Amino acid sequence: MDDIALRAEGVSKVFGQSRVLDDVSFELRRGEVLCLAGENGCGKSTLIKILNGVYTPEAGATFSFGNATAVSRITPHDARALGIHVIWQDLALFPHLSVAENIVFDDYVASPWRPLSRRAARRAAREVIERLGVPLDPDTRVEDLSIARRQLVAICRVLRAGARIVFMDEPTASLTRNEVQTLLEITRSLSAQGISIVFVSHRLSEVLAVCQRVTVLRNGALVGTYSTEGMTQTRLSQLMTGHELALTPREPNGAVEPVLELRNLSRTGEFENVSLTLHRGEILGLTGLLGAGRTELAHVLFGMTRPTGGELLKNGKPLTLRSNRDAIRHGIAYVSEDRLNLGLVQNQSIIMNTAVTVLDELEKPRGFLSPRRLRELTTEWIQRLGTKVNDAELAVSSLSGGNQQRIVLAKWLATKPDVLILDCPTVGVDVGAKAGIFDIIRTLADQGMSIILISDEASEIWMNSDRVVVLKAGRISRELTPTTTTEASLEEIINA
Amino acid sequence: MSAVSAPRRAFRPGAESLEIGIMALLLVVSFAFFALMAPGFLSAVNVRSMAVQLPELGLLSLAMLVPIISGGLNLAVTFTANIAGLTTAWLVQNALGDAGVIGIVAGIGAGLAVGSAAGLLIGVIVARVGAHPILVSLGAMIFLQGLGEFLTRGGGISGMPAGFQWLGSGSLIGIPVPMLIFLLSAGGLAYFMQFTRTGFSIHMIGSNLRATEYSGINVRRVLIVLYTLSGLLAAIAGMVMLARFNSVRVGHGESYLLITVLACFLAGANPFGGFGRVLPLVLGLMSLQVIASGMNLMGASQHLATAVWGAFLIVVMTLRMPFLKRS
Repeated sequence: MDDIALRAEGVSKVFGQSRVLDDVSFELRRGEVLCLAGENGCGKSTLIKILNGVYTPEAGATFSFGNATAVSRITPHDARALGIHVIWQDLALFPHLSVAENIVFDDYVASPWRPLSRRAARRAAREVIERLGVPLDPDTRVEDLSIARRQLVAICRVLRAGARIVFMDEPTASLTRNEVQTLLEITRSLSAQGISIVFVSHRLSEVLAVCQRVTVLRNGALVGTYSTEGMTQTRLSQLMTGHELALTPREPNGAVEPVLELRNLSRTGEFENVSLTLHRGEILGLTGLLGAGRTELAHVLFGMTRPTGGELLKNGKPLTLRSNRDAIRHGIAYVSEDRLNLGLVQNQSIIMNTAVTVLDELEKPRGFLSPRRLRELTTEWIQRLGTKVNDAELAVSSLSGGNQQRIVLAKWLATKPDVLILDCPTVGVDVGAKAGIFDIIRTLADQGMSIILISDEASEIWMNSDRVVVLKAGRISRELTPTTTTEASLEEIINA
Repeated sequence: MSAVSAPRRAFRPGAESLEIGIMALLLVVSFAFFALMAPGFLSAVNVRSMAVQLPELGLLSLAMLVPIISGGLNLAVTFTANIAGLTTAWLVQNALGDAGVIGIVAGIGAGLAVGSAAGLLIGVIVARVGAHPILVSLGAMIFLQGLGEFLTRGGGISGMPAGFQWLGSGSLIGIPVPMLIFLLSAGGLAYFMQFTRTGFSIHMIGSNLRATEYSGINVRRVLIVLYTLSGLLAAIAGMVMLARFNSVRVGHGESYLLITVLACFLAGANPFGGFGRVLPLVLGLMSLQVIASGMNLMGASQHLATAVWGAFLIVVMTLRMPFLKRS
């Protein structure tokens, strides 16, 4: 167990003026699951790219592999020969090809002129699928699979290519809790087969559950490598960010004035008879497994879909929403869980993304959109939410996840909502930035905004909600207060 | 997901300076080249003839630019122009002939209305059915072509009153009227795209329709408005063509269709939507006209000029790529 699969020492990398990696060493044992942790921009991706041959490190680095002699860099060819593979977050599969064709794809790369035999491909693919013990049909087209299944295809593919060291970049980011469990089990079984795995994840509870050791990077430098035994989430996030984060539940604010009332709200096939009341200045945690109807409920409250039964009241008056424009007019805002496709128009500028929700108002006094007013609005929100922006005319995609989420918040806060629905607001946001986002959310609630916080991360919900409602298969199954519950029991209730 | 995404965009002066710079450079270089090489290029006759020829293609290109920025295309622009021209010509000759200037104005109004209606139809189908604009506008194009040929029996209508012809051959403060119409339309469109809610939303829709809808923009209304506007601009092109040739026929200017697409892409419009500006398009169109006229003066065939246009698109696109990647 203790022999070394890969050891790297003195690894540095300079891009232009900035030193993104500074004398980092890294050691991976055979058959271990190691976590590579750190905030966005700490150098994780650069290190991975050096280890799989994409980038050339600065002179002075040494790499050794078990008993082979040390080299000063890993070429892409070396990486392949050593069985070093990376499963990137986007998986890099071919959506129009079948599962089998994707799995054996690297065979074609190895010998591009060999004729393509579907039968041989299917046989080879089935072999790998059975070895991994996963429920995949070799003939399905990859585009028809869920993200979780696609990930299994990506794992099969690197196994087929003879992987001995596998880097997994944010593999759990878009998985449900059950799917995460499956993935963690598969990870363990791979490690039992002697494959070394490097796990990159922002979800610290998973990191601690599956990894034996964790290597922490901060600002391009190595903080250290630690055993996960006895490690806590608090300590780990401290190591990653370099400062302490508060991990206590919020004091309930004793809110009584109802703002939004749902009475037996139903939408066929999605959720049934949901009754709840959101009070002024309250953060209501809405949790449950993916598919429990959380996002579907949010879509109805935001006017994107129509309820098939029940009533909705805003400030005591019945409310009928025919579109999300109605919802926005009535002071309801919705931060989508899918920031990439629904939350922001990624290619367009930060200014346009901030202003898009309030164009009517911006046009009002003079009848035209003045670039100066758009800029002033954006600058104001950048300052108020502490967003790190170099140039507001750049595409919003140029920002990190945490800063993008601040732009999403800004565009909705600009509409002056009194009900803010946040659907998984910290997806793809790193530890330090998460705390910043929740600081903003708590402040908003203290100022009287009513907030529905949707998340499947028990710790997030537990720390930030005044009340928690648990959905299960489209119905409310539990209602509780964090101050009288522990985080662990909340997690149990969600997964029950 | 777009493979080419221009990361910088409007609502700032100077962000599009790259595109304007490229197009201005292209114009200066081609102008200087032909001024030196082509005999009579700088003569008043040639300058005036360029100013008279440019507006047709120019107006049709404006009609194409708007849908392209929205991530779509309007393949029906040329036939929309024909139908609008036919409407005006028929009305002026048959129903409004005795009404003088009022008749001409009414005829133009009807032509513009018919062109806008053709655009409105495309917009409504794109917005309501959600079919791809290429399919919808292709259908509309063939429909308008067939309808026009059926109504005219494949012939044309010629002979407009002198007052109408002034729109094609007259001058105002020394500028040919067609050029004036084109510049006014381009200026109006630039303002619309840059400083109105709908113009803003057209850019957003072009990059991501769903995210724009989630932001509370009435995307259906925006789609309908933008295709109607495209139809209107095509109809204005139809008026200019009718006035200049003193005749209209279905299929007139048909070969302009793909050239309008070329002009938009030459001027840096993103083929995947979201980005594209009026000023670079105007400059680019001027370069295309300079090349065509200059080569004509040097005795080269019209077809060779077309080949040069294509080559220019490829060269400019190749030069532009490193800038896009870097920013």
